[in-house]
This record gives sequence, structure tokens and C-alpha cells, in this order.
Amino acid sequence: MSYQTHADLGGQTGHGAVRPEPEGELWHARWEPRVLALTLAVGATGAWNIDQSRAARETLPDYGQLDYYRIWLAGLQRLLADRGLVSADELAAGHALHPSLPLPRRLAAEQVAAALAKGSPTERPAATPAGFAVGDAVSTRSQIPDHHSRLPAYARGKPGRIERVHGAHVFADTHAQGLGEQPQWLYGVVFEGRTLWGADAEPGLQVSIDIWQSCLEAGTAEASV
Amino acid sequence: MNHDDHDHDHHHEHEHEHSELGPMDLRVRALETVLTEKGYIDPAALDVLIDTYQTRIGPRNGARVVAKAWADAGFSDWLLRDASAAIASLGYTGRQGEHMVAVFNTPAQHNLVVCTLCSCYPWPVLGLPPTWYKSAPYRSRAVKDPRGVLADFGVSLPADTSIRVWDSTAEVRYLVIPQRPAGSDSLDEAGLADLVTRDSMIGTGLAMPAGSLPAVARAGASA
Repeated sequence: MSYQTHADLGGQTGHGAVRPEPEGELWHARWEPRVLALTLAVGATGAWNIDQSRAARETLPDYGQLDYYRIWLAGLQRLLADRGLVSADELAAGHALHPSLPLPRRLAAEQVAAALAKGSPTERPAATPAGFAVGDAVSTRSQIPDHHSRLPAYARGKPGRIERVHGAHVFADTHAQGLGEQPQWLYGVVFEGRTLWGADAEPGLQVSIDIWQSCLEAGTAEASV
Repeated sequence: MNHDDHDHDHHHEHEHEHSELGPMDLRVRALETVLTEKGYIDPAALDVLIDTYQTRIGPRNGARVVAKAWADAGFSDWLLRDASAAIASLGYTGRQGEHMVAVFNTPAQHNLVVCTLCSCYPWPVLGLPPTWYKSAPYRSRAVKDPRGVLADFGVSLPADTSIRVWDSTAEVRYLVIPQRPAGSDSLDEAGLADLVTRDSMIGTGLAMPAGSLPAVARAGASA
């Protein structure tokens, strides 16, 4: 395995209690909003896609030691460096030292509202009929892929049931690898708590996960017990 | 508007506007300067982006969606069938909310939203995610020990209420429609929206009781 995510946290123990915070509390340091804005502004250039940026963050070796905006900053610097857009000597100098590279777009201030309101929808026309229908028993694939993926480890090799059909969506796995959108049917799949966590699971707990078709195979409902 | 103007309005006690720039401030400023000099970003766009999420796109948007769902059965049905379209009809669209699903709490089922893999969150209706939503304790425990997580928020559900957790693993974003508080019949949509907290739309909280002060004041003012 060469691809190692440090971000797949579902079901882990030992991370302690959740610390609630008031509704209006957005930042904890004045550099944090700048990192948010830089990430969004550079992301809007089209230099990479959102799945590539997620992959860059989740594979940061020190992911577990960083708070979230430090993860975003490190991810942004990594993406910029990997593409030759900003190099280490420039960050050290605090000034541009090398010619800039062409990028598809530049987000101007007057374009921000429209760009945010438009977003980046991921639904695409379906090339094939859906392979599963609501109510179908399915099972998730157990193999751990050697690349970015959005099937959490806690839900691998588990039986579940199709609850929603979301349409065909950009496939995060290929999109993150620069292999194109390769849209696939996306499903809302529901799992019983005891299937995921065993007999000690909270009674009545169910977990819903959105899963692309190639991560699923036909299953039998009885296998969930 | 320069950077510091924002901070005058929004900084917290963790930092003071007159303090020296720390290492992180300098690191971020260096990156911003390089990106600007290389022509990759419009620095004015940064201020617009920050201002947008500080003042225009936040959980009050979602509260208006919930209040309308409580007040208008037709809208509630629409939200259930096609949340993206219903929410867009109120003007809330776009980044990190392109594909919306609304999940309705009932006495039998409570819904809780998480992203165990990163921090996926419905930005057009809730704004930026709170720190705890992006942090390891919540992301690790929400799918396995949701009642324990709710206890951290001071929330206790009846034993016969089952919990459904929604792990946002693709680009579909989930908005919880909390149960309408008892005794809120006389409130208009604005008064109802005052009862809707951000946490109640994630599922880590409940809507506020109808007797809470702001709603009473507003209902009285609009009567």
C-alpha cells in the first residue's frame, strides 16, 4: 500500500469528548479566515479539483497533529508545490521569485457571489441504468483500494440496504487521481448498527452512507444479522 | 477593506488586534503575497469570501428553511421530495450544498449528521462547520456512540427514540429538520426560526422551547 489516509476516523476510540462551541464562533486565530479564503480562491482557479484537495490533506503525514485550518494550509501548500505553482523558496522569501504558470481561471472579487451560488454540482447524465434499486440488499467491497476513496473503513465488507438512488455522480476515486470524472450511480445505503459494531451496538442505531456503485455488490438481507 | 478591519469586528479573546504577528500569521501572509504577486488570486476576492461566510451564509439560512417547513406543509413535502429545489427556492444554493437531502426528526427517530472522512457540511444553509464538527472526537464517535456524543452536548433522548446517523461520504449534504417545539403554534415563521439552533440542524441539539425569550418578544412585536 502506498496510499495512506490519516483522515478515516469513523469508529476509532480514544479521541476524547466533543467540545461544543457557540454558534457565532467561526475563527480561533486571525489567520484562519485568510486560509479559508485562500483555499477557496485558489481552488476556484481550476488548478485541481475538490477530490484532489481532499486527497492532499488526508495523506499529510502529520494530519493527526494538526487542527483543521492548519491541515487546509498544509494541503494548499502541498498542492501548489506539487504543480510548480508556488515553491518553497518563494514562501521563505514571502515574494514571487519564479514566473507564474497559466491557470484556467482567476476568481475576481465581483465574481465571488455568483461562483459560490453556482457551486460545483457533481450529478451527471447516467450512461447506464442503475444497477440497484431502493430496497435491494447489497454488500460493500472489503478490499482497501490503494488510492483516495470515500468508503469508510468501518463500512467495508458489510451488508446493507439501498435506501436512496442519488443519480450518477462524479466518482471521487478517479477524480482524485486525475483520471477524470467517470460518473457512477451513487446510492444512499443504510447499515444496522449491530452489523457495523457488533452486539454491543446502540439498540436501534442505523448509519447511512453514500456509496458509488463499483464499491457495492449484490447481497442478501439475512447476511446483516 | 483590509484584513485587520475584519479582525476588529470578529476576533476572539484568543488574539488581540494589537498583538505581534505570530508565526502562522506570517506564514499565511507570505503565501497570500506570493499568490497575489503571481496573479493567481485577486486579493479583494479574499475579503469578499470571508465577509460572505461571516455575514451572509450561516445557520440563520437553515433556520428559515426549518421554520418554513414547520409552518407550511406544502413546503415540508417539497423538502422531503426534493430538498435541493425547495431550499433553492429560498435563495440558498451552491458550494457544498449542490445536492441536498432533508431528514426529519420524529418521536421515533432522531437524525445526526457527520463526515467521518473530512468535514463535509451543508454550507449554503449552515455556513462554515464548527470546530468540533471537523475534529477527531466527533468524527470518530458519531457513527458508533451517538448517544454519548449527544450527552457531550447535554442532550438526552428518550430510550425508545432510535438514532439514524448520516455519514456525508459523497457530495450529498444533509440538513436535519428538528421536531417543532410544543407550544409554538402561535409563532410566525420569523418567530419559529428563532427557535432553530445550528446544532439542532446537525442533530447534536434540539430546537429551543417555545417559551424562550427571543421568540416571545418577537411574537409579541408582530402580533
